[in-house]
Order: sequence, then C-alpha cells, then structure tokens
Amino acid sequence: MKFPVRLPAGFPARRSARTAAPVAALVVAALTATACAPQTSDNAGGADDKSGTLRVWLFQEVSNGPKEKVVESTVDAFEKAHEGTQVEVEYIPVETRAQRIKAAFNDPKSAPDLMEYGNTDTAGYVNDGGLADVTEEFTDWNEAKDTDPTAKQSVTVDGKIYGAPYFVGVRALYYRTDVFKELDLEVPRTQSELISTAKEIRQAKPELYGLAVGGAFTYGAMPFVWSNGGEIAEGKAGSYAATIDSAAAQKGIEAYTSLFGDDNCPAAKCASMGGNDTITAFASGKAGMAIGGDFNHQAVEAGSVKGKYAVVPLPGLKAGEIAPAFAGGNNIGVLKSTSHRTLAVDLMKQLASKKTQGELFDAMGFLPTYSDVRADVAKKEPFVAPFVETLGAGTKFVPASPAWAEIDASLVLPTMFQEIVSGKKNVATASKDAATKMNAAFSSAG
Amino acid sequence: MKRMTEGVTEGASPVAPPLPAASPPGGVTASPGRVAGGPGPGGAAPGRKSRRGRAGWAPWIYLAPALVVIGGLLVYPVYQLGLISFLEYTQAQVSGGEPTTFQGFGNYATLFGDEQFWQVLLATVVFAAACVVATLAVGCALAVLLTRVRALPRLALMLAALGAWATPAITGSTVWLFLFDPDFGPVNRMLGLGDHSWTYGRYSAFALVLLEVVWCSFPFVMVTVYAGIRAVPGEVLEAAALDGASQWRIWRSVLAPMLRPILVVVTIQSVIWDFKVFTQIYVMTNGGGIAGQNLVLNVYAYQKAFASSQYSLGSAIGVVMLLILLAVTLVYLRLLRRQGEEL
Repeated sequence: MKFPVRLPAGFPARRSARTAAPVAALVVAALTATACAPQTSDNAGGADDKSGTLRVWLFQEVSNGPKEKVVESTVDAFEKAHEGTQVEVEYIPVETRAQRIKAAFNDPKSAPDLMEYGNTDTAGYVNDGGLADVTEEFTDWNEAKDTDPTAKQSVTVDGKIYGAPYFVGVRALYYRTDVFKELDLEVPRTQSELISTAKEIRQAKPELYGLAVGGAFTYGAMPFVWSNGGEIAEGKAGSYAATIDSAAAQKGIEAYTSLFGDDNCPAAKCASMGGNDTITAFASGKAGMAIGGDFNHQAVEAGSVKGKYAVVPLPGLKAGEIAPAFAGGNNIGVLKSTSHRTLAVDLMKQLASKKTQGELFDAMGFLPTYSDVRADVAKKEPFVAPFVETLGAGTKFVPASPAWAEIDASLVLPTMFQEIVSGKKNVATASKDAATKMNAAFSSAG
Repeated sequence: MKRMTEGVTEGASPVAPPLPAASPPGGVTASPGRVAGGPGPGGAAPGRKSRRGRAGWAPWIYLAPALVVIGGLLVYPVYQLGLISFLEYTQAQVSGGEPTTFQGFGNYATLFGDEQFWQVLLATVVFAAACVVATLAVGCALAVLLTRVRALPRLALMLAALGAWATPAITGSTVWLFLFDPDFGPVNRMLGLGDHSWTYGRYSAFALVLLEVVWCSFPFVMVTVYAGIRAVPGEVLEAAALDGASQWRIWRSVLAPMLRPILVVVTIQSVIWDFKVFTQIYVMTNGGGIAGQNLVLNVYAYQKAFASSQYSLGSAIGVVMLLILLAVTLVYLRLLRRQGEEL
C-alpha cells in the first residue's frame, strides 16, 4: 500500500459508478447514432424555381482577368433579361477542381447550378449522377447546329447530351525558327522526318532536346498511335474493349518511345515529364521542338523563345497528312441537383453562345467550338491557323466510358509509356498489360 | 494514440499520480507510464493487485475523457473504414448515381488478386525495415555521441536535430529533392555527377527517400535515447569502463539492456511511422515514381481511394495495413514479454 489511489476525501465509490454509466451510455449512443452506412447524397434536384440565385463555377485560368470581363458582361445581360435573378460566379482553381467537384456531388446543398468541366470527365460525372441531361434543350437550340462533331461528342454519353461545349484545345508542333535556320533544317513533313530532325538537332546542339517528349504526356503521345491507325479502345454504347495493344497501336507506341534516349530526350529526365514540363523546356529554350496546344501560347510567349518560334500541324505518316490530335477542351454543364433548371440551362446557352465564345477567343485565345465562328477567328489571328487546320483534319477523343476517369487517374497510359521508356518492359508486353488494366476498368464500370 | 493517453493520464495526476493502475489496461497502451519513469525508479509492482480490486470504477472515470476522444477519433473512423471496405463505394455511390451494394470480401479478393499489391507490399516492408534500422542506428549513435561531447557541440547537434525534427515533411522532401536535382542540385555539382537523375532508378529513388526519412525521424530516437542514457547511473558505466569494456561492448552489454523499454517504444514507433510513410514518397517520387516503381502501401491506397475514387478498395488497403501493424506490434510485445520484460 505504498501508492494508494488518492481519491478526494468524500468521493464515494457509488457516485463514480453513477457517473461512469452515463458516460459509457453516451459513448454507445454516439456510436450507434452515427453508425449507419456511409453517406450517399441525393442529387435528384426536382424544383425548378424561376427566380433566385444561380451559382456558377468556372475555372480559374492563369491570367483570369479577361475571362472574368467576358463572363461579367454575359451575366449582366442575363440578369437584366431575367427579373429577380442573381448570378454568383466563382472561379475555382484548376488543380483542386477534382476535389471541389466531388464535394459538390457529395453535398448538393453547397453545389453550384452550373459548372465548367474538362471534357474528358464527362462520362465519369454522368456516371456519378452529377450532370443533368439537357438533350432536348440542346437539340432545340438554334446555335448548336454549328457545333463541330468532335465537340458535340465530348458532351455526349450514350446518345444523350450533358452540357454545352465551351471551347476546344488541340496540340500542334512548335519549333524554333532560329535553330532550324542555323542548322539548315526543313520543317518535317512526315513522322519519320520529325523523328530524324529531332535527332539531328540533338546531335548538333547536345544542350537541347530535339523534340521535347514526356513519359507522362499522354496527349502528346496519342497522335503517334492514332496516325499509325491505332486506337485506345473501340466499342459502342458504353461497352468498350481496349485496343492499345493492337499491331497498329504498337507501331505508334514504338515511334513515340523511340524519341526517348540520349539521341533526343534522355529517358532519365524525360520519362517523368508531363505536357507542361515539355512546354516549359521549350519556352525556356531547352528544346528544338515541342508538342504544345493553342492554350500554351501565352506560356511560350512569356519564355525566352518569344519571336523565335513557329507552329505547324503535327505531321502524319505520309507527307501532307496531319496526325490526328486529341480534342481537349472544356464544357459547361447543369448540375442534376439544381433547383433552377430552366434558368440554369438558359444561362448555359448564354455562356456558351457564339457571341460569348467569340469574345472569349479575343480575350483568352480559347478556340470556339462552332465551326463557323472558328473559321472567322482564324482569319483574324494567324497564330491559330495551324490549330484550326489540325481540328479540320479530324480529331480524336477518349473513350466516352465512365471507366475513363478511373483509367486516367490510375495513370494506365503514362505507366505504359514509362515502362517502355525505362526499359522495364518491351512494347508488346507493356501495351498488353495496359490493355488488361483498361479492360478490367471497362468491365467493372459496365 | 500513445501520446494522447499519456497526456490525459498526466492531466489527472493531481488526483492520482501516474501509476500503472491509472493507465489503461491491456498491454499496448499501458507502456507510457512505465517508460516515462525509465528503468531507474521502479518499484511500482507490489501494490498492483490490491489496488485494482479496490478502485473499481475509479480508473474508468479518469479514463472516460480519453475513451470518448479515442472512441470518436479512432474507433468510429476505423469502424467506417471496415464497413466501406465491404461495400461497392466509388464516387458514383457517394453522389447517388448508383446504389451502394454489399460486396462481402469482393474488394479484398480484387486486392489480393492484384499482382501490383503484392509488389507494393513487399517494397513497403523492405523499405520500412531499412528505414527503421537506419533511423535507430543513426539515432542511437548520435545519442551516445551526445553524452561524449562538450556542451557547445552538444548544443549545436541538438539544435540541428531539432531543426530537422521541426521541419514539415513536405518542406523537407522538397529541399532534399532540390539538393539532388539533376540540373540545379548542389550534390551533383559537388560530386561531379553531371545531370545524373537520382529519382530515375528504382533503388536510387528509394535510397534518396530513405535518406530524407532518416533525416527527419532520427531526432526523435536520438532525444529519447539520450534522455534514457542520462538516467543510467554513472557508477554502472564507470564500473564497465574499469572492467576494460570497449565503447561498443558498454553499449551492447550495459546500455542497451537497461534502455530496452525505451528502445522498444522507439522501435515500434519507428516501425509504425516508416510503414505508413506517405509525404516523402508522394512528393519526392511524384506520386509513386516512374511507372509506379516507388509505390508504398499508403501512397498506393491514396492513388486507389482518392485519385481514382475507389473508396472501397482504398479502405480495404487501409484495413490490411491496420492489421499488419497491429500484428507487428503485438508479436513484438509478446516476444519481449517472454524474455521477461514487463511492459
């Protein structure tokens, strides 16, 4: 009894039992009250108020000022036309958009009525039950008839339409005019010329990458696969099968991965690079050529190569051919949980109208999704000509399957390229493994 | 959780001194009270039996606040984790696009059928083991060094170690990455390695991360072991020295056995930390390295659960990790108990 438990004098044992019991009961109650299944939110929406506040989420671009101005004038006109309606626009950071949008689906109360989203996410968001079906309104919409087919495909899932295309983005070949002149090089007209030109540049100027490529730069790599006749996956109406391991696709993968090495872009550095890294390398004068988008224009202009570069469409297999580019871009969609459906659809049309898209091009350089508007702006701004030409030659899109979001996020294609580039697997094995992973995702998303 | 229990026990000390009886029953969490005292002032054992019989509800009252906190912050999330791991629960289920369905062990079957999981598990175990061994070796060596040097160098070493300890994991990782950067890093310039990339090869990337992990976790080991050494009576060491024992021999035959309770806690703590390493791998290898070659379980779980929104599969990985860590801890405690250590 050297160390007795010193209870305060007069602290009866009975009382301790009495306090302990409620505490224990409280714990148990707290646990049982919350111990239901994990939450599932209700995105059904339902109400269709004709006035009130509309909330809009748009992406925050690198220099967002001009975009805000265009949106503001559109919104002002909309508010004037709809008495008793306010529009609140919020610009969300691109890097954290995935979390924000997931959170919006999880908690419809704090979700916006309308949002901008990346076009590769369409099928995933539809499967999540987050986007409203606007097929009827879109079909009746006069301006939508001029929407180019690829842009329309990027809002379509299983024949239904879930938003309006906002702008498109494609990539083409940036090259250094001064380097080409100094080394007396011709602008490459075919894929094999592209590869040999890249290696010539590297040989003459070992401090430069010939053509900056990246193991994680999927959309820079895919044109090589597509121009060789390969596809990521083929299928109809939701059921896809991966074809990335087909003979044609393998030829394209072979061509792209042959650019990694000490004779062009050393694997130790380039294997981990993504699209932005290759553009950064080009903009800072470390590469002779790069595959960049119209949306990279500002970044390159801000770099040390300003005035010393030009852009041409990425060459295909034969002279005169253009390698099919990935049709990137953003859409604007109405959330299924909105309580102002009519108003939201109306505002969507205004934000994605021909007029607004034309203004948005002037402000930000984003390419319009309407064929006629795009042709007009190409005349005004010669810089976009190679990109419009690329779009005109036919573009490709990722499989419109809800599984694509998962395939994209689990880095199936970057992993495949990196495995080949770092010598862990050969083209046949790596592409077969990638196909297996994709098929697993396609079948589980069913 | 150890820390929290300790804090609460201390808070109750005006009423009851932190004695074994006042710390929670059950081997795992009972250690702090004992360890804090070190091997020196023992003698807590004799009164144990009678106290437990008499006190009745009293210990539970003192424990109640801690239990409520643990219940809310630990038990409930673990319960949810376990529950989700048995469901089909992806973004579609969360936002109501598809109904939540019960999968039984489906997620676990998927996980165990995935070749990559086993590779990642193996990499995690080997990497964590290497980190633990390196951290303990560096920490113990420097702790012994601390007792040997004069005040000024000791202060300098302490400050350097505390600086490393206080650095947030993200900052530390970014700085280390910069030091070894192929283009701008001072390490390559000093070693004359040109533009050698440290993160390209699988083993060199793991080695780089290991250095960072050791750098930010050795101070804990060093400070704790140093405190333990200071508590060892000087006569014992003197006697060993008089017997002609070498430094290594003193450590092995005198210090290490006396410090065993401290070393146990430090080891388990390191095992848990290093097994769960996330930030360093995520930042330094850019989310798992080239083609996922540097994935460890925690980053793998993150990639599954959050990057690709397969919350249920991520939960299954979490449950597997939890079970592994519990097993490691229990087995280790069990072994020690058999060797006659009271914990």
